Amino acid sequence: MKLQLIANELRKDVIWMCHRGKSAHLGTNLSAADIVTILYKKILRVKPKSPNWPDRDRFIVSKGHGAAIIYAALAHKGFFPKGWLKTYYKNNGKLAGHVTKLDVPGVEFSTGALGHGLPIACGVALAGKRDKKKYRVFALLSDGELDEGSNWEAILFAPQHKLDNLTAIVDYNKIQSLDFVKKTLNLEPLKAKLKAFNWEVREIDGHNHNQILKTLKSVPFKKGKPSFIIAHTIKGKGVSFMENTVKWHYANTDEVLLAQALKELSSKKK
Amino acid sequence: MRNAFIKILEEEAAKNKDIYFLTGDLGYSVIENYQAKFPKQFLNVGVAEQDLAGIAAGIASTGKIVFMYSLGNFPTIRCLEQVRNDVCYNNLNVKVVTVGGGLHYGALASTHHATEDLAIMRALPNITVVAPGDRAEAELATRAIIRHKGPCYLRLSTENELYKKRPKFKIGEAITVRKGSDVTIISIGGMLKVALDAAEMLKNNKINARVISMHTLKPLDARTILKAARETKCIITIEEHTLMGGLGSAVAEVLAKNGGRVRIQMLGIPDMFSKKIGDRDFLRAHFGLTPQNVAAAARRLMTKGK
Repeated sequence: MKLQLIANELRKDVIWMCHRGKSAHLGTNLSAADIVTILYKKILRVKPKSPNWPDRDRFIVSKGHGAAIIYAALAHKGFFPKGWLKTYYKNNGKLAGHVTKLDVPGVEFSTGALGHGLPIACGVALAGKRDKKKYRVFALLSDGELDEGSNWEAILFAPQHKLDNLTAIVDYNKIQSLDFVKKTLNLEPLKAKLKAFNWEVREIDGHNHNQILKTLKSVPFKKGKPSFIIAHTIKGKGVSFMENTVKWHYANTDEVLLAQALKELSSKKK
Repeated sequence: MRNAFIKILEEEAAKNKDIYFLTGDLGYSVIENYQAKFPKQFLNVGVAEQDLAGIAAGIASTGKIVFMYSLGNFPTIRCLEQVRNDVCYNNLNVKVVTVGGGLHYGALASTHHATEDLAIMRALPNITVVAPGDRAEAELATRAIIRHKGPCYLRLSTENELYKKRPKFKIGEAITVRKGSDVTIISIGGMLKVALDAAEMLKNNKINARVISMHTLKPLDARTILKAARETKCIITIEEHTLMGGLGSAVAEVLAKNGGRVRIQMLGIPDMFSKKIGDRDFLRAHFGLTPQNVAAAARRLMTKGK
């Protein structure tokens, strides 16, 4: 299956999961869909039948509220049965509304509170370096969570320890919980900031599969330096009425909007 | 106790390459030897406790035993959510170690008084909370938490040598340091010496005080508490810590559930920041954490209701 098709299938899973579970965070799951698809399909060295394989690449999802797309990708990859997705956000279900490890193969860390993933990723990367392991560490962050000071502690740490086995990706969809990022706490100039902190930085279109793939394949961008990918994305990407709106951080679909969203995603088959 | 801790850690680190010691830029005059001997098992993350806890969790997730070390409040309540989520929720083999528990940093004032840490840490699921009573207990506790799989909190305080013979130490099993049948004094951490001195004073009043070192606050040794309640009917708790939620509260929880008829008096720091400035002993006296006050409390408690 072509990557674009897979990404759209995962988006449809997300739409269904959030609809059935009446859960929030549609917009952020859709903005990350292309990055997550390519990570699992083309980049991450993981073994679904052996999820704790010691040499696996680690993917740490710091934006734990983007859980639905992660679960959809894990199910697609074969970490657990696709049927589990129907239990997302349900009482006594298998899958929680934030990325949660409890008996879910493929999840590295339980997250949900923001600003936790990058320090953790630094620790995993440092241990890998000291053990001379080949595994790489990828951390997915939201733009809103860059408000958290803990990230900037980690942003100081990683270059200090030359963690070139670490790649941070920010899903820069420009909208946080209540408002646009630039109206809340402007991150710009983000690239210049990260460069000034001694990261090697690339800016990409986070929905352009060729760019995502090429960029992720070329990490580390520079030996001895951690890599940062600023992925410009559109919140709610793929469903016209959700795109670039604050509302769809929290809103749920009714039957009519569900049908419309699924129809839009099904018509995108190239 | 920090010297006892680092001595044992050096011994263990020499045998086990999976032991990591992380500091938040503290430990001057204590950690240098460890750092020189085990550079690959050492990391100073800087003055960044949230990062410290996250990194500790990340390293632990690869199969290591990770110590994160700093002064009382810094690796505990400064980064409480990281300790809760990254360490405890993910149930990783991280050992939070603090020095200067209680009023140790006296005149440095309340920012440096670790006086709520036990209550806060004991509220976290999955964690084991240990506060040894002297140097020997600190050594044994350090070895014990290395062998114990899962999150631990080790609170170190005043350096004392109180045992003539090395005690038996097991996480979750209190040590009866002194036998007695009239009243029981239960202490945690550095208050053990105060408790023992109080017992000695009570001897002059022909009162035979039992002294229990409750080095593990969680899991709490309910059996030893209930036995003391049955046999002595009077229990005093003493802690260099707020009275809100620490040792006294934990003991009272056990007694309220199934303690029968027993009198209890909790000694500790009232619900306030110190308004006085002074060194540790001055502040301990100010808050009544002295052998004289413990002995007086014991006498009062024993005559109460008679």
